[in-house]
Amino acid sequence: MAAPPTVLEQGLPSAPGSASAEIVFDRVTIAFESNTVLDGISFRLTKGETKAIFGVAGSGKSTILKLTLGLLKPDSGDIYVLGNDVARMREAELFDLRRKIGMVFQESALFDSLSVRENVAFRLLEEGHVSEEEVEQPVREALRFVELENTIDMFPSELSGGMRRRVAIARAIITRPEILLYDSPTGGLDPVTSTKIIELIVKQRDVYQTSSLLVTHRLQDAFIMATHYFDRQTNQMQPLSPGSRSEVPMGFLILRDGKIIFDGDAHELAQSKDEYIREYIS
Amino acid sequence: MELISPTDFAKEKLKAVQDYSVLAGQSVSNLFRVPRYFADMIQQADLIGFGSLPIVVLTGLSIGAELALNSANTLQRFGSLSLIGQLVSVGMVRELGPIITGLMVAGRNASGMASELGSMIVTEQIDAMRALGTDPMKKLVTPRVVSTVFMLFFLTIISDLLGLFGGALISTFLYGLDWHQYWSTAWQILVFQDVFMGLVKPVLFGFVIATVGCYYGLNARGGTQGVGRATTQAVVASSVLILVVDLLVTKLLMSVFAYS
Repeated sequence: MAAPPTVLEQGLPSAPGSASAEIVFDRVTIAFESNTVLDGISFRLTKGETKAIFGVAGSGKSTILKLTLGLLKPDSGDIYVLGNDVARMREAELFDLRRKIGMVFQESALFDSLSVRENVAFRLLEEGHVSEEEVEQPVREALRFVELENTIDMFPSELSGGMRRRVAIARAIITRPEILLYDSPTGGLDPVTSTKIIELIVKQRDVYQTSSLLVTHRLQDAFIMATHYFDRQTNQMQPLSPGSRSEVPMGFLILRDGKIIFDGDAHELAQSKDEYIREYIS
Repeated sequence: MELISPTDFAKEKLKAVQDYSVLAGQSVSNLFRVPRYFADMIQQADLIGFGSLPIVVLTGLSIGAELALNSANTLQRFGSLSLIGQLVSVGMVRELGPIITGLMVAGRNASGMASELGSMIVTEQIDAMRALGTDPMKKLVTPRVVSTVFMLFFLTIISDLLGLFGGALISTFLYGLDWHQYWSTAWQILVFQDVFMGLVKPVLFGFVIATVGCYYGLNARGGTQGVGRATTQAVVASSVLILVVDLLVTKLLMSVFAYS
């Protein structure tokens, strides 16, 4: 019989000066056949923080997100999400936890046989006790957040790649999750659409203070997030003055050969002397 | 092609049997857990049942007619043409109705389920469903299993009746047999055991079709090519399993009912 899932208590080491941890990876290792993708990695995501994860293709960025959701199980190590020991929870127990987490998949992963309305409302309808009429308002609200209210009756196949990503964001945020996971939300998109999506992520970070992990290949996306804030008055992303950039809850994490070679903020990243990192950010 | 050691091959096959058994078990046990997705069951019943109706009507009618046509010559030689109703009736109800309907529905729906679920796997829709807190086994597999079992039962009854009707048309219009005589002999020869055997089979076949279709769909790997492969494998495996189950059930029930 599997050991009962344990709840993260105060015993775990906390990062200096940090608030409570929403996600903790503790010496996590996972291999696919003979290929070790993550080799004993440890990091933590504090409440309200956004952490951008970088690395070359196949370095295990998306695997981190899937491990966080319990879609994959690590070979060794512990993963705590909102205090729950994900690595030891059974699939049936994970469904309740997953309802507190939103995920935007690399290729959106919208249900192609459902309309935009049904896709965005999926989680609310699945949770039950609400009629289709009752979900109309939150669905419209979520679609308004991503500025796609006019697509409510369309099907995913009728939308562009960028619009699909935005609908996926609306689907992820409709229940106001405590954690958001973005898997390459700007991958393969043009710069204008990419900036639009980054603006939505910044809006989610600054308006709702949602903790999030962001997997991306585009360093400029993370730098925009580290140097901008969302202005509610103008409803637009605005640049921060150099003095106030350190206040943005934004972290960077770089993976190489299954290890974390950098975990810090934008300032520390810019100051790094590591040759690989210098080359990566240049 | 990469060669695989006999041990690994055996392990792989055992793992597949284990995974299939878990899926089949969960598809039934989920019926006793909430949520039950009745709307999805009705939608699937419509797709599987009403969608398969034309092909079942056509095959039932033609199999009954061909059975009558092929056996009429032999029966005529022995002066027993009046037995044609009995022959078609027992043949259709006990054996041909369930197996032909099962194979037709397997060809149409096991492939449909495998390709649909396979596409959802390769486009990460199943992962998205799990990420959204919904169990794909409950939402996708159980409704398909329940609907296939339920609808195949009624499709088989329709197929049996149409087979008898096809036999009646051939007997009456080609061989001049009396319409009422055909139907009364066809009806009188049937006993409880025949009907029971003919109605147990579609329940088992329906379960095989849906679980095999879902299993191959949920285990599809390797993009669109993998989905195509899963679809073909689902049809082949479900058809073979239907034939095997048919043989076993026929033998078992014959022993139970002490058929001579």
